[in-house]
Amino acid sequence: MKRELKSREKILFRGFRMKMILRIFTLFSIFFGLCSLGGAKERELIGAGATFPYPLYSKMFDVYHKETGVKVNYQAIGSGGGIRQLINKTVDFGGSDAIMSDKDLKEAGGPVLHIPTCAGSVVITYNLTGEPRLKFTPDIIADIFLGKVKKWNDSRITAVNPEVKLPDTDITVVHRSDGSGTTFIFSSYLSKVSQEWKEKVGSGPSLNWPVGLGGKGNPGVAGLVKQTPGSFGYVELIYALQNQMPYGTIKNKKGNFIEPTIASTSLAAETALPDDMKVDLTDTDAARGYPLSGFTWIIVYKEQDYAKRPEEEAKDLVDLLWWMTHKGQGYAEPLHYAPLSKVAVEKAEKLIKSISYKGKPILK
Amino acid sequence: MNHTVADVGIPMARSQMTQRYKWGISEVAFRRFLYMAGLILLILLVAIFFSLVVASFPALREFGLSFLIGRTWDPVRGEFGGLVFLVGTLMSSLMALIISMFFSLPASIFLGEYFRHGKVSAFMKSVIELLAGIPSVIYGFWGLFLLVPLVRVLEMKLGVAPQGVGIFTSSLVLAVMIVPYASSIGTEVISLVPSDLKEAALSLGATRFEVIRKVILPYAYSGIFAGVLLALGRALGETMAVTMVIGNSNFLPKSIFSPGNTMASVIANEFTEATGRLYLASLIELALVLFVVTTIINILGKLVIGKMTTRVT
Repeated sequence: MKRELKSREKILFRGFRMKMILRIFTLFSIFFGLCSLGGAKERELIGAGATFPYPLYSKMFDVYHKETGVKVNYQAIGSGGGIRQLINKTVDFGGSDAIMSDKDLKEAGGPVLHIPTCAGSVVITYNLTGEPRLKFTPDIIADIFLGKVKKWNDSRITAVNPEVKLPDTDITVVHRSDGSGTTFIFSSYLSKVSQEWKEKVGSGPSLNWPVGLGGKGNPGVAGLVKQTPGSFGYVELIYALQNQMPYGTIKNKKGNFIEPTIASTSLAAETALPDDMKVDLTDTDAARGYPLSGFTWIIVYKEQDYAKRPEEEAKDLVDLLWWMTHKGQGYAEPLHYAPLSKVAVEKAEKLIKSISYKGKPILK
Repeated sequence: MNHTVADVGIPMARSQMTQRYKWGISEVAFRRFLYMAGLILLILLVAIFFSLVVASFPALREFGLSFLIGRTWDPVRGEFGGLVFLVGTLMSSLMALIISMFFSLPASIFLGEYFRHGKVSAFMKSVIELLAGIPSVIYGFWGLFLLVPLVRVLEMKLGVAPQGVGIFTSSLVLAVMIVPYASSIGTEVISLVPSDLKEAALSLGATRFEVIRKVILPYAYSGIFAGVLLALGRALGETMAVTMVIGNSNFLPKSIFSPGNTMASVIANEFTEATGRLYLASLIELALVLFVVTTIINILGKLVIGKMTTRVT
């Protein structure tokens, strides 16, 4: 009697278990079936990289999705991450504020194109009572960041700002603590204008800073600058505009003191540009250009036939790039980004036309 | 199960049989589940360690032990040493621990001995637990906008460079953050001190303070220490709040007010934009060092707890 009961229980239990397994299995198959259905319908491009153009890209990709039905998924993981993901071939395109280094290019295995999408600039901001509009020359900025100019009433600062009475306070240098394209632009500029900076520090997204405090991100730097009397730091132009921070004008290569604006940032690219567009716009010889400017790029492989990508995907990518450098430019200015200059668009067109699939250009 | 049935002496009804049978299954299944869960955790820990070692291998090979004593962290030239961050991490965490003890210990005694029940205690307990639930970025902003100016005033009075941010400020923020961890465990163990011990001391004419000092604290020592250890683990790994107030400058701190940097904060700051194998590997090696430091401190703590427990019993 006992045994009989037991076996009946067992059978009952087994039946129950089978049913459960079946049920779970059906659920799973329905789930995955739905997923694959959804995937088949939507054309999608995947990108990752720079955080600086992220607000602009989100806007662009949203509009693009509505216009063409191609969904673009962009993850703002930072320029370094974007370059890594492109090299690992896990994304269709990367976003970067920095030009890829020779080492990265070698690792990439094939030619990688840098297609500019917009320009941004870096402003010098400070905390002084009365928020005077100050003028700076390149050597002053470099020497402050090298720790050689220590006081606000240093004779070199007062010489270019005769109309402002500067206090006898220490300058507290504030820089970015996180790796960023902003630091890259800023340090590229300093490396160009100061031989000492180039030898001692160099340029890159993260540096071995000779002096100063670090703040995380634009808000971190802005917070420290606002908190510390006598501080001197750098932030993105967009951030300074949105937060009404004081900023200085900088003397450019042609000797003009230029106020950082969206227009003067675009104008920095009104100069002879190389065909591959791997150029940083700092300290260009554009007469009305702001010297602390830089492009942000989309990086893609020139030969799109890799990792078993279908030709349609490559075509979608090229169409997207064309749209971003033409119609998409209209979304830049409302979001405080500097649109590409005429020269830059022409160069970008040539680059996009050179993208190929199995050796044949995709765009005719 | 058999026991109860036999004791009660009622013939087994069918429902009870089923009950017993089900219990049998779930007993085995549950035990297996527990083994599995334990094993997975263990594997996870070992796997994390090994993946850190593997990923940091280029840096381990390039710098060897000099990574631990190198003071330069230069991503442009590819020269990496982690001493500054190691010192920053240990200094800020230990200082935070010392500061937090002034709050967590009294709080534990207050809640574990003086006000064990009632509205005051319930309110206090939930307030302290709430401290643990505040996101660290909020602590960071609080530190940046409230503590930094206060610390600057203090620094001006003391005659050191009035930067406001620095290791001392980050220790203050950390101290507040870790109070709940130390105090909630402390409260638990203090309230577990057997009342006959306390009553015995009281009957001998001890005052309440003497009872706390001579009976409760010695008895609960190891538990309190365990709580402190948990808090230290939290402090070592804290990233966001620290990075906002520590100053992030890569120099060896000259005093407790100097700006510095910690391992967790430099990893969080630089990982996204790190390119190049050696740079990435060096950042991961920092993570490895942090992992090892945390482990060593935990093991040391366990040893101390073991010693204390034997001494008391």
